[in-house]
Amino acid sequence: MRPNTIAIVGAAETTDLGKTPNISEITMHADAALNAMADCGLTPKDIDGVATAGRTPTEIAHYLGITPKWADGTAVGGCSFMLHVRHAAAAINEGLCSTVLITHGESGRSGVDRAPRRMAPTSLAGQFELPYGPMGPPTMFTIPVLRYMKEFGLTEEQLAMVAVVQREWAAKNPRATFKEPITVDDVLDSRMIAYPFRLLMCCLVTDGGGALILTSADRAKDFPTKPVYILGTGESVETPMISQMADFTTSRAFRVSGKKAFDEAGIAKEDVDHLMIYDAFAHLPIFGLEDLGFVGRGEAGAFISERNTVEGAKLPLNTNGGGLSYMHSGMYGMYALQESVRQMRGIAPAQVPDAKISVAHGVGGMFGASGTIIMSNEAP
Amino acid sequence: MAEPGRPLPQPTPETQHFWDGAKAGELRLQRCDDCAHVYFPPRPFCPECGSRSVSVFPASGRATLYSYVIHHRAPPGFEAPYAIAVVELEEGPRMMTNIVDTPQTPEALQLDMALEVAFEAMNDEISLPLFRPAEG
Ligand SMILES: [Zn+2]
Repeated sequence: MRPNTIAIVGAAETTDLGKTPNISEITMHADAALNAMADCGLTPKDIDGVATAGRTPTEIAHYLGITPKWADGTAVGGCSFMLHVRHAAAAINEGLCSTVLITHGESGRSGVDRAPRRMAPTSLAGQFELPYGPMGPPTMFTIPVLRYMKEFGLTEEQLAMVAVVQREWAAKNPRATFKEPITVDDVLDSRMIAYPFRLLMCCLVTDGGGALILTSADRAKDFPTKPVYILGTGESVETPMISQMADFTTSRAFRVSGKKAFDEAGIAKEDVDHLMIYDAFAHLPIFGLEDLGFVGRGEAGAFISERNTVEGAKLPLNTNGGGLSYMHSGMYGMYALQESVRQMRGIAPAQVPDAKISVAHGVGGMFGASGTIIMSNEAP
Repeated sequence: MAEPGRPLPQPTPETQHFWDGAKAGELRLQRCDDCAHVYFPPRPFCPECGSRSVSVFPASGRATLYSYVIHHRAPPGFEAPYAIAVVELEEGPRMMTNIVDTPQTPEALQLDMALEVAFEAMNDEISLPLFRPAEG
């Protein structure tokens, strides 16, 4: 996309996060959407484009009373919303629609009206992975890590530090699920889930949702909110099977998506003031930092454990506490985007002073897909 | 016959040769007739060059341990702890599997250790390729 032509004018999460068995999944989409519309003074009649994942855009448009001229149901897992932002930007620039609503809602913890997901026994994953006993992401997303540890000498202590520093960020966030400080020992003493991964290296499971509203940068000036401009976007997909990821020490989808976003934005890594990397597990920020090019191969574990991503350090990372401590409904990408928007608006609970450029980088499936959005708060 | 309760594969026309091979004690891969690329999982064309001219051949069954996790809670058909592993076949492709005939511990499961295929019948139709430490 062309930088600075599109802005995020509305952004909000669901009124409640965490455990909300009183509302179903589709109402979480709607609650977040209504909050985002209220944020920027719109009603459903003002929306002419809808994108969502988990549910269909048909369900969301009907439920909210929207008549879209454009719909996007791209569903590649937790980073789908990054792809929606990218596709919406292109659609608005092409004149397909003018005001796009992107919604997420997921009853990840309570399971109220949760969309079923089962891998068919005829699918390639059903035939060549499921018979070997993986039980969801904690036992699959984590499989590459021992190879990475052997290749680069990453230690369990360094993995634990990822959780420790993110808990420090979470402590500053009133909406974070876990705020109590933790130590490396706490992480390494927590229950073994799937060696080498312990409980505190794995994300939360919560309920929640979020929504974004995008329009052209020209129109953005007429909204009551501070516009957050889209500088660059990237996306890619690699494989639906973790066993078939080409290289267990680096994600091709991350590299392709990240490079495209930075190329579009025309900025250097040093220009980035704030960074979100989807952290379903403790190794994700490590892969993300390297594959986006913020540090060299094999350097991210030390970079994080040497406290380069904490408050006041050179690269504030996952400032809401991340999927490890803030919340994780299942498709966390929306919350990474929301925190980037808050940072660009200057209203984040742990605000990075004078932050002008933020990067939100997401993963979908298990290194299966990726989306990268670069935002700025400086008017073009 | 062991471990009832595992989710079992349901072969499709494109993968039937693999499961027929497993039943017969043979690990079958595919090779492109045009570019010689060896690949897995099965499909009726080459994912490297797009050629539809491909052949099935028996692999050596030799592999090395590429990566794994040790799961500490057992689903039906498993006994915890058990390793969910990815092995690298001598011919190049990688596949998910379980490692048998050895303790399911980090000490016993060293990356890059030599392995060999060991088929385990789940029922009359399906045998799963598992791997065990290679002899000598
Ligand atoms: Zn070929």
